[in-house]
Amino acid sequence: MAHDNRYVEKDYKVVGSRVKRPDGIDKVTGKARYGADASAPGGLVGRVLRSPHPHAQIVKINTAKAEKLTGVKAVITSEDLPDLTNGDQGMAHILENCMARGRALYDGHAVAAVAAIDEQTAAKALKLIDVKYKKLPHVTDVDEAMKPDAPVLHANMFTRGVDPAPTKASNISARTQMGYGDVEAGFAEADVIIERTYKTEQTHQGYIEPHACLASVNPDGTAELWVTTQGHFTFRNVCSKLLGLDIAKLKVTSSEIGGGFGGKTHVWAEPVALALSRKANRPVKLVMSRDEVFRGSGPTSSTSIDVKMGAKKDGTITAAVAEMRYQGGAFPGTWAMLGCMTAFACYDIKNNKTIGWDVVVNRPKVAAYRAPSAPMAAFAVESTIDLLAKEIGMSAIDVRLKNVAREGTQAPYGPTYGPIGIENTLEAVKAHPHMRAKLKKNQGRGIACGFWFNIGGQTCVDLNIGEDGTVNLNVGTVDVGGARSSMAMIAAEELGISYDDVKTHIGDTASLGHNDTTEGSRGTFSSGMATIFAARDAIQVLKERAAKMWGIPVEDVEWQDGEAVAIGQMHDNLPALSLKEIAAKAGRTGGPIAGHNEVVADGAGMGFASHICDVEVDPETGRSQIVRYTVVQDAGKAIHPDYVEGQFQGAAAQGIGWALNEEYIYGDDGRLQNPGFLDYRIPVCSDMPFIDTKILEVPNPNHPYGIRGVGETSIVPPLGAVGNAIANATGVRMTHAPMSPPRVLAALDAQDAG
Amino acid sequence: MSNATLVSTVVNGDAVQFACPSDESLMSALRDRVGLTGVKEGCGTGDCGACSVTLDGQLVCSCLVLGVEAEGKEVETVEGLANGGQLHPLQEKFIEHAALQCGICTPGFLVAAKALLEKNQNPTETEIRYALAGNLCRCTGYDKIVRAVQAAAKDMRKQGRS
Repeated sequence: MAHDNRYVEKDYKVVGSRVKRPDGIDKVTGKARYGADASAPGGLVGRVLRSPHPHAQIVKINTAKAEKLTGVKAVITSEDLPDLTNGDQGMAHILENCMARGRALYDGHAVAAVAAIDEQTAAKALKLIDVKYKKLPHVTDVDEAMKPDAPVLHANMFTRGVDPAPTKASNISARTQMGYGDVEAGFAEADVIIERTYKTEQTHQGYIEPHACLASVNPDGTAELWVTTQGHFTFRNVCSKLLGLDIAKLKVTSSEIGGGFGGKTHVWAEPVALALSRKANRPVKLVMSRDEVFRGSGPTSSTSIDVKMGAKKDGTITAAVAEMRYQGGAFPGTWAMLGCMTAFACYDIKNNKTIGWDVVVNRPKVAAYRAPSAPMAAFAVESTIDLLAKEIGMSAIDVRLKNVAREGTQAPYGPTYGPIGIENTLEAVKAHPHMRAKLKKNQGRGIACGFWFNIGGQTCVDLNIGEDGTVNLNVGTVDVGGARSSMAMIAAEELGISYDDVKTHIGDTASLGHNDTTEGSRGTFSSGMATIFAARDAIQVLKERAAKMWGIPVEDVEWQDGEAVAIGQMHDNLPALSLKEIAAKAGRTGGPIAGHNEVVADGAGMGFASHICDVEVDPETGRSQIVRYTVVQDAGKAIHPDYVEGQFQGAAAQGIGWALNEEYIYGDDGRLQNPGFLDYRIPVCSDMPFIDTKILEVPNPNHPYGIRGVGETSIVPPLGAVGNAIANATGVRMTHAPMSPPRVLAALDAQDAG
Repeated sequence: MSNATLVSTVVNGDAVQFACPSDESLMSALRDRVGLTGVKEGCGTGDCGACSVTLDGQLVCSCLVLGVEAEGKEVETVEGLANGGQLHPLQEKFIEHAALQCGICTPGFLVAAKALLEKNQNPTETEIRYALAGNLCRCTGYDKIVRAVQAAAKDMRKQGRS
């Protein structure tokens, strides 16, 4: 049954309130079960051996000694994961990333794994595996990797998107170009032109829960996987393919997830755990250490970006060009392309051009990290806009408003915007009391904007009504930060019943149709849409049952506030039937009452945010302290405002960490020097102020409630906002993130010397 | 299990015995042998605080304590915070203030916040932030966590409990 996804304005009873989350008690009492909290009868402990070299040929792996150790039940190498990818290069890269095949491509690349009766035995067994490596030259820096004499990672990689096609293999997997207009003509019109080069270092999503799973494979090809993941259906599809299992015979259950931020959208150790279980014929639990999470699972790209922008004295930006180089780790990605698409998306620039270079280096395979690729591009563009504003003597906010994208503006990546909220966020920033608050010595204020697409995708929801009228809602997107509440609120709103009468459940892969991974801020948008439609399906059934109970045509029944009402003078003596009354009689009126929906949720509304940041820079140490921070973002419609604010605050905090401290530090030996939370420093409680939030609601026309995704956008502005604030506090423009104390101090010293 | 030692201890008020290797952390012993998986492992190196418990009233990262060190001592974990069906005010306020998103760090924050409020019934915002600086949260930016602790402290002062 087709449903109408258009936005309709309405008064809400449940949506927009701040109810308690249904999984709250489990999570404050320690009962909630995450990836590492499951066990199975006869379960073994799985451990992975990882390459200490950034680039090496694996000459030989001798596992004989490990296999003979008492208590070891299986040892595997890539030979136990034969290549079934059948020419699918993306899948082949996933397979090779899970387990090295004849070569190690980064420090931390898995080369073998064991399953043993306990942790101690597994650790001993790893030490008994003898791997002979032949070290190869390595490269970890994105600019170095592009040089003609750089060590080449993949002998069969020829840059795509270049004409004529190159005949020599290189580390550049693809060139992307987009934009419109005539940038040369645009620069000719400009009164002021600013040109700068920026660098951003590699960061990790930093979820507190390491990757963890419990895998069990039977000799008949049936299997189960309990795993912390953002996409259990995708994990099922990928693992089935890599292990040669039938999709229907592998049941994947999404555990509670202890943070993902994009990093749990990809498989890492799960195929390894399944292969160990298959070989040992026993369940295997595999949990990564924090060191493994940093060295072996997906960080984001480090980048190097050139930006050139020109403006007239009245503030009109006449042309903008960016050339951006993103490394995807040891395997090719499309990260630079995403940078190109997002770089100028907040603005209406008549002449714009972006060129992206996707590059491979000897680092872990890059994974999505919250609005992947956008924060780095925004750092470069938002910093440059502030430089332009200063040069022409306009305020940072007015120059942005002068060029802001509106409904009807063509996005740099092609489509024309519908109703969007960037101008609203900038106006809200301009009017915010934060902008008028006095600054103290060594303090500065910066603003910056950010864009993220948001996505929809395949979604499937079941809604089942019990005989007492309470409702089970079964959704297939995972609950990363309170989504079960939002889904229950939406179902209650549609059905006209109490929030407490709906219980949301995250369905496993055997109990629902395919759902795309919970990424791209799609959870509340997509499953929210499917929930609305499933509830409307159920209402149709409820109306039919009421008609049957009354003995009247279903056309004479309406659903109002949780009740079936008979309309028309013929039936005005019939008292309304509540959902509970209809449910109680379901067995005699046609059986269970349910609603279903399967949909490709199209029309995700773009997300925009503007941030204000006050920073105090210590001139002695170069340390920057965020003293006040405000996030303004368009949510379309905030279903549960607490958790929308939480997304804004969490995203801002991650952006602040990236701006000020977080970075992967590689030694000359190509090894990661800081694979732990002590040396890879994410913001702690004492680093942060309260983060003010303002939720704007510019309805998305393609969703019945106007919902836009909210999860990612607010990680985009902080790098620029912090950099602009530091510039205003010190007079020094930082072009290399993170703007850590040593970098800021060096810049301050250079300023003094200059 | 080689070199196992029998450990007699009290966990959340109950007498508990477990046997563990001498090099096994208290965190692993609590999770794998006592079954208290509310004690979370985020790093195993004492940097994230997700495995926070108290040992004879002292706040520790249980990944930095050996299981055998619990001999004769009292251990309290997140599982011991509620009094039967009655949640601790910190647990109530964490839910009410949406101070958890994914929830993996929540047990550690609750144990650490309880330890703070037992020493200081009326902490300032700064005192709360420094007391909780050993606990990492990647979801919330700490805003709602600090507010929940402030609200719980206020409630507990009203109720005359610490």
